[in-house]
Amino acid sequence: MTKKQKNVLTRIIAAIILVIICRLLPLEGIWSFVAYMIPYLIVGYDILKKALHGIKNKQVFDENFLMAVATIGAIALGEYVEAVSVMLFYQIGEFFQSYAVGRSRKSITELMDIRPDYANIEGEDGLEQVDPDEVETGTIIVVLPGEKIPMDGIVREGESRLDTSALTGESVPRSARPGDEVISGCINLEGVLKIETTKEFGESTASVILDMVENASSRKSRSEQFITRFARYYTPAVCYSALALAVLPPLVLYFMGKDPNLSSWIYRALTFLVISCPCALVISIPLSFFGGIGGASNQGILIKGSNYLEALSKVSTIVFDKTGTITKGVFEVNEFLDCDNEEETLYYAAHCEGYSNHPIARSIRTAYGKDIDESLIDNVREVSGQGIIATINGHEVACGNDKLMRTVGVDFRKAESYGTIVYVAVDGRFAGSIIVSDVLKDNAEKTFRTLPTIGVKKTVMLSGDRKAVAEGIGNRLKISEIYGELLPEEKVEKLEEILAEGQTTAFVGDGINDAPALSRADIGISMGALGSDAAIEAADIVLMDDDIYKLVKAVKIARKCIRIVYENIYFAIGVKLACLVLGALGIANMWLAIFADVGVMVIAVINAMRALNVKNL
Amino acid sequence: MKKTYKIEVDCANCANKMEQAARKTEGVKDAVVNFMTLKMSVEFMEGYDHKEVMKNVLTNCKAVEDECEIYLK
Repeated sequence: MTKKQKNVLTRIIAAIILVIICRLLPLEGIWSFVAYMIPYLIVGYDILKKALHGIKNKQVFDENFLMAVATIGAIALGEYVEAVSVMLFYQIGEFFQSYAVGRSRKSITELMDIRPDYANIEGEDGLEQVDPDEVETGTIIVVLPGEKIPMDGIVREGESRLDTSALTGESVPRSARPGDEVISGCINLEGVLKIETTKEFGESTASVILDMVENASSRKSRSEQFITRFARYYTPAVCYSALALAVLPPLVLYFMGKDPNLSSWIYRALTFLVISCPCALVISIPLSFFGGIGGASNQGILIKGSNYLEALSKVSTIVFDKTGTITKGVFEVNEFLDCDNEEETLYYAAHCEGYSNHPIARSIRTAYGKDIDESLIDNVREVSGQGIIATINGHEVACGNDKLMRTVGVDFRKAESYGTIVYVAVDGRFAGSIIVSDVLKDNAEKTFRTLPTIGVKKTVMLSGDRKAVAEGIGNRLKISEIYGELLPEEKVEKLEEILAEGQTTAFVGDGINDAPALSRADIGISMGALGSDAAIEAADIVLMDDDIYKLVKAVKIARKCIRIVYENIYFAIGVKLACLVLGALGIANMWLAIFADVGVMVIAVINAMRALNVKNL
Repeated sequence: MKKTYKIEVDCANCANKMEQAARKTEGVKDAVVNFMTLKMSVEFMEGYDHKEVMKNVLTNCKAVEDECEIYLK
């Protein structure tokens, strides 16, 4: 609690005690007035002062002025207890608000506690702690176990494991060895690392991320703009209605020859003033967004603005790049077809492709796993665009596509698969086919199964790869639309066509060569961005590691956050309007008005704090 | 040119009022007040000295909310 908050709290408690005492004493007339003025002034003197200041500066509709008018009015009507209570509850509300906001500010900063405070440099008398801002690129810094890496660099000495959870939300530590690139914000868990810095502090990952999260709520969402505008009209509108309520009905009644009952109408007008403060809305909406963005960043999802969070909650079409996003971009032997002896087929294929540098050949050798005995390989001939023929240990082996099989005149069985198919023939006899394909990311199937259940109506995959390959993967994942053989600029054209359908559309890519598409989409999402500046720069939302399921998580966080925002908007406006109507009819008294003002705000703030809790989504 | 200043303000609506006041100040192209991070980022028009402009921004903000503070660096 700050000093100011303690001060206010003391005054609130003192005033409550005094009010209770006043209630217990048998006070009459002027003495009652004098007695209640003491707690009133104790708790409200600063409001009155600010109200005067407001009048001087022609700020008539500020809440201090309104509270002053409402309470002084109540005093004039002889409602001392209500006057003190309004002031008291107003201060309690303000106190609670400042406390809650302070707390959430703190818990979010703690979540994002990745900014290192110092860097260690080897000096003449051992290690020296220096300001990380002063460390130049290329300096060797020392990171001890338990410390945060202050800036991005390359490990030169030492081995350790790094805790990246504050950046990625991923709890499995990464290993760091000499030659590895490491990024700032990670915590060194075990050994001493000597790191040659490659970036200055201000440009290092931790600083860049923090900067982004802090500035994110400056890009205001449409709901926030709506509330700001609403607040600007709401308060004056309620005030004028209060004035009308105090003057018009008594006048009408007077001319109709009835009892104008002036004080009753003034009381109703004063209730209006108490409800007129827009605070509940104005505080709870940005607080919800801030909580959502803070909670997401703790899960390794960076959202660059409240507006993107809002857009993400409405997303109904998601366009994916294939390689690096849905698949790992690594070729692996996936299956064997029509083989009598898989091991033998793989043995011949690996040796036949023993000298080749093609990625497919390499993946076959990796699958074989054993050393290639080069002395067995003889008479290698490459048939361009078809494959390789070689003599392996005295056997004539052909390894390649269907055309090669026809060239060597082997009777083969055509394989039906979406990967690259390598047919193998030994001594003129078909020995089966090996399917090599790009591997799906671990969570890809789960992700595409879940997306339709959280409101994503259409998924689209764009790929530069062969149509058959793209369709194979796409159909397996039940992607709605699949486009293969696209050049980079055609990907953007396709995206434009999809955007023209008018749905909120997100584009997910790895951020390396799809910057134009990322910036063209309503929401650009880049993946696996840890340490890649370009990807962080181009996207609106950044998934810090490779896990595609984070996308589902991001959408869920956005939906939860927006749901809270709308709950608060409807709840606060609803209760206030209801109380206004009841107040005008004379059903609601000032106590209900206090609830409509302070109570609603407290509930809205507590509700907003829920946005921070996104771990289990 | 764009600059960010740390601010001190108590309530969210007051922060909105500061934003309005800052925007109306001469020489300010755009201003955004972030109540959650207590920061004000101001974009200045060309040909204005940001230090001079910020003095006026502070005066205008004080007029709408006397308990606010902008830390000019």
